[in-house]
Amino acid sequence: MKFLVFLEHHGGELEKGGLGALGKAASLGEAEGVVLGPGAAEVAAQAGVFGAAKVYACEDDALAAPLPQPRVDALATLVEKSGTDAVLFGASVLSADVAAGLSARLDAGLNWDLTDLVLEGEQLVGKRPALGDTVLVDVGWTGGPRLALVRSGALDPVESGGSAEVETFEATYSDFSTLATLLEQTQEESSGPSIEDADIIVAGGRGLGSPEAFSLLEELASALGGAVAATRAVVDAGWYPYATQVGQTGKTVSPKLYIACGISGAIQHKVGMQGSGTIVAINKDPNAPIFDFCDLGVVGDLHQIVPKLTELARSRRGGS
Amino acid sequence: MKIAVCVKQVPDATVHKRIDPQTKRLDRSGEGALNPTDLNAVEEAIRIKEAQVASGNGGEVVLVCLGPAKAVDSLRKALAMGADRALLVCDDAAAGSDLLATGKALAKALEREAPDLVLFGQASGDGDGAVLWAAVAERLRRPVISQAAELSVADGAVTGKRQTEHGYDTISAPLPAVIAVSDAINEPRYPSLKGIMGAKSKPQETLSAGDLGLDAGDVGETGSKTSVLELGPPPSRGDTVKLEDDGSAPQKILDYVVERRLL
Repeated sequence: MKFLVFLEHHGGELEKGGLGALGKAASLGEAEGVVLGPGAAEVAAQAGVFGAAKVYACEDDALAAPLPQPRVDALATLVEKSGTDAVLFGASVLSADVAAGLSARLDAGLNWDLTDLVLEGEQLVGKRPALGDTVLVDVGWTGGPRLALVRSGALDPVESGGSAEVETFEATYSDFSTLATLLEQTQEESSGPSIEDADIIVAGGRGLGSPEAFSLLEELASALGGAVAATRAVVDAGWYPYATQVGQTGKTVSPKLYIACGISGAIQHKVGMQGSGTIVAINKDPNAPIFDFCDLGVVGDLHQIVPKLTELARSRRGGS
Repeated sequence: MKIAVCVKQVPDATVHKRIDPQTKRLDRSGEGALNPTDLNAVEEAIRIKEAQVASGNGGEVVLVCLGPAKAVDSLRKALAMGADRALLVCDDAAAGSDLLATGKALAKALEREAPDLVLFGQASGDGDGAVLWAAVAERLRRPVISQAAELSVADGAVTGKRQTEHGYDTISAPLPAVIAVSDAINEPRYPSLKGIMGAKSKPQETLSAGDLGLDAGDVGETGSKTSVLELGPPPSRGDTVKLEDDGSAPQKILDYVVERRLL
């Protein structure tokens, strides 16, 4: 089976979501990648290490802004040209729009929120946890090309040490695809890894009591080499930026370790983090729902526990 | 200005959601409610209309919904909030439609209404699919802006502030346009008593797939290109270790994560 993987890039680096999908594609069949936008050809070469035999690059100016519709044009051109059986995307705000637009353009089936893909004989099957991850649904496609959006963080990039041939191509654009224009872009600067990339996440909810208490989590995250995430309630309250929101209306993450501080564990948050390897919860309320789906639950005051844990983590790091 | 809001009925939050093992579809037999994030789209549409009316222009908010006949109950709530009328596309043949088939049907209904602005809520509370708007925009051949945390309409164009993984993008597009709003965009109003009473007499129209010029093969499972193959139990977590902090919790947490080689 021949796969084409949409590889998003940011600041000269390929994003982890697309690279995770690429590794999966390489394990299932022939994996090709596609990188779009000015500078694409240079960034594209990075994909070889993660399993791509070939990477297509289109540097058209129409692809300079991170907008979905011109990308649908470019991918539609390429799917036809490359004769691919399946197109994979790592989920993001941009990728989801590109995938759905491409689905309508090609009249092709799109399965989303997949945590894995497998081949059953010649048939591609997607694994999708549904209804708050209480059911695991096997989903399929009735024809090609098969489009798949992979849940953020579900698949880790795999370094294979290969190298990719980069082939540039040109696309033609629909009249309506270039109507939307980017006026301004503001980046939220953060130190340390993003929550999609981090192996360790320290997350905070209402139980922090105040926005200032996030500094405790930042110190712990820094001591552990992790990132800080937040629940919707505190993002809505303006305590922490949306880019860090985990849950149904934010991001779905699956780090190796998730430390939930002052988070009750409402279903809307649970769906965004229950795929984490190990979940540690600290909460004052012994009846908080999070204690039903964590690995280690600590009933106590996070304002006492977190600073001491930070100290211990620091001295361990310093000493080892 | 005519604003269409695409809304959906989902099982009420208090209903235990299940997938019917026979049809492999979500069991929608219980109590239904308007998809919570659709309320943000309805609210935004009403605010835009109110601003248009205040500046001397006309405005109309039309709800467009694909769903079972009982979805009218949920539509009434949005009418009570201030939407002007509702259009329900209701057809047994459309049950089991996937993204592709749903997008096709909604696009047909929207072509019929020819609104200046089409709004979607952020994600549906049942299928978890946050992708429909881009498919609809593609079919309508109109620009799309998603995840809009702020929206303004002026001089025949709409400008949205899109939340992304990296920050915010301000994007502008000429009308007509398709916009998906973030749930951070506003706080949906509660319907007033007057609104609730008035909702009952607002126009509600029900159309079949055929009324929209769709063939039976365009919608439902035949119009879909994806399928549900099998349902299984989710991967399970091990047992939970629970302890009360007696001052030793920080050390115990550290030992636990070190033991599991997470540091």
